[in-house]
Amino acid sequence: MLDHLFYTLQLADNALILGHRLGEWCGHGPVLEQDIALTNISLDHIGQARSLYQHAAHLTNEIPQEQRAKIFQSVTLNNKINSGELLQEDDLPYLRDAWDFRNALLTEQPNGDWAYTVARSFFYDVFYFLYYTKLKDSKDAQLAAIAEKSLKEVAYHQRWSSEWMIRLGDGTEESKTRIQNAVNDYWQYSGELFVMSDAENAMLKKGIGVDAAALKPEWDAKVEAIFKEATLSIPEEKWMQKGGKQCRHSEHLGFILAELQYMQRAYPGMEW
Amino acid sequence: MSDQNNNKAEWPLWEVFIRSKAGLDHKHVGSLHAADAEMAIENARDVYTRRMEGVSIWVIESKYIHASDPDNAASLYEPANDKIYRHPTFYDLPDELKHM
Amino acid sequence: MTVRDFQEAFDEKIDKEIAIEPRDWMPDNYRKTLIRQISQHAHSEIVGMLPEGNWITRAPSLRRKAVLLAKVQDEAGHGLYLYSAAETLGITRDEMVEQLHSGKAKYSSIFNYPTTTWADIGAIGWLVDGAAIMNQVALCRTSYGPYARAMVRICKEESFHQRQGYEILLHMSKGTEIQRKMVQDAIDRWWWPSLMMFGPTDDDSPNTAQSMRWRVKRFTNDELRQRFIDVTVEQCKILGMELPDPELKWNEERGHFDYGPIDWEEFWNVVNGNGPCNRERLKARNDAWEKGAWVRDAALAYSEKRKKRAKEADTKAA
Repeated sequence: MLDHLFYTLQLADNALILGHRLGEWCGHGPVLEQDIALTNISLDHIGQARSLYQHAAHLTNEIPQEQRAKIFQSVTLNNKINSGELLQEDDLPYLRDAWDFRNALLTEQPNGDWAYTVARSFFYDVFYFLYYTKLKDSKDAQLAAIAEKSLKEVAYHQRWSSEWMIRLGDGTEESKTRIQNAVNDYWQYSGELFVMSDAENAMLKKGIGVDAAALKPEWDAKVEAIFKEATLSIPEEKWMQKGGKQCRHSEHLGFILAELQYMQRAYPGMEW
Repeated sequence: MSDQNNNKAEWPLWEVFIRSKAGLDHKHVGSLHAADAEMAIENARDVYTRRMEGVSIWVIESKYIHASDPDNAASLYEPANDKIYRHPTFYDLPDELKHM
Repeated sequence: MTVRDFQEAFDEKIDKEIAIEPRDWMPDNYRKTLIRQISQHAHSEIVGMLPEGNWITRAPSLRRKAVLLAKVQDEAGHGLYLYSAAETLGITRDEMVEQLHSGKAKYSSIFNYPTTTWADIGAIGWLVDGAAIMNQVALCRTSYGPYARAMVRICKEESFHQRQGYEILLHMSKGTEIQRKMVQDAIDRWWWPSLMMFGPTDDDSPNTAQSMRWRVKRFTNDELRQRFIDVTVEQCKILGMELPDPELKWNEERGHFDYGPIDWEEFWNVVNGNGPCNRERLKARNDAWEKGAWVRDAALAYSEKRKKRAKEADTKAA
């Protein structure tokens, strides 16, 4: 049961944190049309996160009360659980601290310039397109339904970020340098997507989760094809950062949460 | 004006036509800027349909649209100019010039 | 036809409420007035994204976050529709953007006020969008076709904005004492600037007569302001809050609410660059534009390369 919850949270946290990051662009994009496009993508991620958190809240509520109070290390959340109240959509995103979050490190990396944002999304979108294609056959009907709905969105995201990779790579000297730098810097966060967490291993066995590691060859092929068209080189660096999926994060997540959870922290228990 | 503008690099203007449901004609809904046709179609979807599925979108660079003259006699007065986006009567005057 | 004939035909169209379209003859001043008005309106939408955008990362629930994102995005869309309408008059978007960034063009003074609490997001939706809608609904019948069509599209989308703002405040007003206090504080700060959004009084608005004649404007500033006040007083009662004007009271004879004097000195100062956030807002717009330059250039360069390659491939094939 716990693995099922953690698995769902992993998906939810990825969607939320990336959606939050992309939302930071709103009003600051390089051109109006792309500001609108990026906000649409952000909205898709937040929408996915909402469905996933509803499911995660439900899974938490199914766990017996005394066990439930020992899952998380966040005081406000545990207080709520101890009071006997059932969790809802917003409790898990707004009341957990960083060491309870399970998103991949990639999603919490800063927006940087447009090139960094594009590179981060590209790695993520190619992965999630493959991932949701498998997840739609999950034995968890809820997750399968979310995956199926999200797949349409992710197909669009993938097209958007792939096209921008190519445009920037094969655009001007400056854009090529910038996107290559971004790729070089964020490459080390791409590997974690394929490292199976404990929850992923457990859910794979039950026919609920996806074999992320098995997606690597397809991901490589797609990335290689786009890089070729974009005239970019694949970084030689093989060392990959990991930890986010097991709740060990970079310094960035704490700051993201400080903003994201600001209202819940300053005015605990109030509804808005 | 965009192509004569010395101030470089404005993305071209595109006119957007959308078939809102099967059986209807494409209808002009507005315009937008995009670097190429693919981007124009995607932007049109984002801007004018907010991502509704199953609609058909046409885009055409505004400079390729030729328009009829609303008043034939006007050709005597205005220079021949059938570009819908170009209106030479707008003058850029210095800021210091007042009350004109 | 002579210029005079054109002028007569134009006047007749205006009188008969026939829309003026981009390629129709129009007086130079009509064109200039429209470009100024439409581009100002577009700039207001774009600058208006900033004070609300401020709260996207801090919205108090995922639902509120999604709604706010969608709302700020709508504003980008509205700015885009309006820039497009102005472009039919013979000015490029880049030229308009340049006028905004250099400080030459104006935008609605309201967006130079800070959003300091979550209640401000509600107050902006309710009061600021509410005031804007008064204006926009009237403009759906403005004489210039592309402008009127843009306004129809905008008004359709805008109604959700005011509702979401009011709903934020209504929800808070049913919450805790602190939340009610936060709502009242926001209303206190946004009420007067909202009234200023309609512009100077009619006595002080020299262009109004001409604009009304051209049906570029359909009601005077004071008429719209009065209409806004009349509907807002009732809405405020439902929130259980107060509007910060001791002179506000129903005038049986006029059939309208009387209201206290507006601080026009503050208004003109904000218009002329001295509002609390003028510099920040302009800087944010300038930064976004400058940091985006290489992105816009890259997309264009790529498009050119591709066209060239396609041409070369064609030549080879032939």
